[in-house]
Amino acid sequence: MHWLHDLKQDWVGNVRADLLAGLVVALALIPEAIAFSIIAGVDPKIGLYASFSIAVITAIVGGRPGMISAATAATAVVMVTLVRDHGLQYLLACTILTGGIQIVAGYLKLARMMTFVSRSVMTGFVNALAILIFMAQLPELIDVPMMTYALVALGLAIIYLVPLVFKSIPSPLICIIVVTSLVWFFDLDLRTVGDMGALPDTLPMFLLPDIPLNFETLMIILPYSLAVAAVGLLESMMTAQIVDELTDTTGDKNRECIGQGTANLVTGFFGGMAGCAMIGQSIINIKSGGRGRLSCFFAGVALLFMILVLGDLVSQIPMAALVAIMIMVSIGTFNWTSIKNLREHPRSSSIVMLSTVLLVVYTHNLAIGVFCGVLLSALFFAAKIAQIFRVTSTLSDDGRARTYVVEGQVFFASAEVFEASFDYREALDRVVIDVSRAHIWDISSVAAVDMVTLKFRREGTQVEIIGMNEASETIVDKLGISDKPGALDKLLGH
Amino acid sequence: MKIIAFVDGSNYSQSVCDYAAWAAQGLPADVELFHILGRRSRTAEPVDLSGNLRFGERTDLLDQLSKADEQWMQLAQARGRAVLDDAVARVTEKTDQSVTMRLRHDDFVDSLIDYEKDAEMVIVGKRGEASGFAREHLGSNLERALRSAEKPVLVASFEYKPIDTCLIAYDGGKSIGKSLDFICASPLFKGVKFHLLLVSRDDAAAEAKVQAAKDRLKSAGIDAAVIIRDGHAENVIHEVSSEIGANLLIMGAYGHSRVRNFIIGSTTTAVVRACRMPLLMFR
Repeated sequence: MHWLHDLKQDWVGNVRADLLAGLVVALALIPEAIAFSIIAGVDPKIGLYASFSIAVITAIVGGRPGMISAATAATAVVMVTLVRDHGLQYLLACTILTGGIQIVAGYLKLARMMTFVSRSVMTGFVNALAILIFMAQLPELIDVPMMTYALVALGLAIIYLVPLVFKSIPSPLICIIVVTSLVWFFDLDLRTVGDMGALPDTLPMFLLPDIPLNFETLMIILPYSLAVAAVGLLESMMTAQIVDELTDTTGDKNRECIGQGTANLVTGFFGGMAGCAMIGQSIINIKSGGRGRLSCFFAGVALLFMILVLGDLVSQIPMAALVAIMIMVSIGTFNWTSIKNLREHPRSSSIVMLSTVLLVVYTHNLAIGVFCGVLLSALFFAAKIAQIFRVTSTLSDDGRARTYVVEGQVFFASAEVFEASFDYREALDRVVIDVSRAHIWDISSVAAVDMVTLKFRREGTQVEIIGMNEASETIVDKLGISDKPGALDKLLGH
Repeated sequence: MKIIAFVDGSNYSQSVCDYAAWAAQGLPADVELFHILGRRSRTAEPVDLSGNLRFGERTDLLDQLSKADEQWMQLAQARGRAVLDDAVARVTEKTDQSVTMRLRHDDFVDSLIDYEKDAEMVIVGKRGEASGFAREHLGSNLERALRSAEKPVLVASFEYKPIDTCLIAYDGGKSIGKSLDFICASPLFKGVKFHLLLVSRDDAAAEAKVQAAKDRLKSAGIDAAVIIRDGHAENVIHEVSSEIGANLLIMGAYGHSRVRNFIIGSTTTAVVRACRMPLLMFR
């Protein structure tokens, strides 16, 4: 019964603002969908159909009202080689498989894996994405008539300066109108959207990808689908988090995974390419006042409507206008404070951020960059925690026995230091190793304790270990602290 | 024992306080007064349709939005405190039970569900803050509240009138059975006259049905007059209550599913809407 209330709130809680924001988003989605199709190497209609279908479906089944999903750069760059080597039909099949994988990920509740993606990795992801979007514009900026640069500069000036005067009309729209009129008026011979391939002329239609249904096909598309699924979910989860922060509300991350999957699955059957949530567009949506599901839904519908009605005009838009908008998107997506933070943040987190960016720019695969970023941050974290460790010792009065007290975290990263902390040269009758104030986290540390014992024995010293049971309580894979009353106090306290 | 009452600063808040004081004296029970700040107002937020992304747009936007929220919420909190202070003063004047207050950022129904667990009774106003405008409109919040509450809910009318005559809209259902248990067990209704109304054709079956209820009240020493009358429930209840001069209506709430109510309408909603006296609802 509560859900009915929430459902109503999500859809019609904010109708006027949602419709207005949806319209602004739709206007911004058109150039982006076209640009991302070009990145992937397919006709603009593939991206436009995708943007329509993904926006509408995620609006209905997604888990984060106020977030905008459509065809994106992040997913497009991953699919470039698939399109180049195998063609459009494989891209559609890959999109469908991506959707299936994402739905499974949603049911497996993999969204919680996001907790392992640190701030630095996220910043790296966002910056890498911005760089990729910018790089994708380079073909339109190299080896082109001088006029193009002038128009791009004019476009950028309009986008950034017009809002200083009035904010009631989206400045990218003004940019498109002014640049297109200039090109038309002076009859300039520049590349236009129409030159990049077909635009939609009908509603999207259901069709099965024309591919052989065999193992070989699966092996071709599976690696791409996995990468697209991962990248799509990553960007969606990050965007959801940004929307959460901006609106001070929480969305349902696992539902969002399933929603993204459903959107891609359906979109593949309607001739669209895989997409995900869009950071830039979602920010524009929130900025324009959109909060509910209606804004994303309306953005999708308005986009298709405008394309079908104004298709001829859209094909006249010079690429220069589009490039200007995409440069704006790239600049807006980039996290500029992260550059300033390079000096202030700990070096380890800067390294994580930079390696994520570099790997992505090198491989054009955001998934690889994020994966390595996560690994790196885990390593740095382990290295830091390994320092929380100390061995102190006292010699008995008669000089024949020594008691070592081990405190802190003993695990693979600190096991070596642990072994080296004992003085095996000292000839003693007896050694007591008190580990009751240490935590033994893994097999490496158990092996290290054994090795220390063995080494002392070889020197003819008797070894006694105290508190092994308490110390090794942490070794099990599931600590289950919540089930055992007082367990946490014990862990923190001893 | 405790009763919880919700005030929102609307016209109904005063009568909510008065009925809370009445219930507090009669039960007797302590009163906890709630004011819910609810969702943020969206009107305070800046809207920028320029559709572009500037340098550092994200942090700027976060700053702007949080500043707008902060300002609005500070105002809302100050107002909420004032509403609660007034309410506490009004209740304290009329009862010697302890009166406490709580200001929460929450959904009204969510906090009702959270806090009714250890309360004896819930008191709410019939309409919310916007009551000045839509006179016949029944807040969707009230219906949600009535459907969610496990404890008896007193829906306060616009004006407080001392309660001496009480009409029980008896339908033989489970909810109204709960109300009979409550009446029999509670000291709240000392000296109150009861009328049992059954909306039905007057035949043997109807009489047997209502007689059972009468006997039950009798066993607790309460003498109730019986009225059986045929017609549309909301009309009959209205007629009878003005005839006998009732100033409290007791009834069961929402016996049917939402879907059914959506199609054929709900008796409860109709009665609550038309009713000019406080209602005590049981589910």
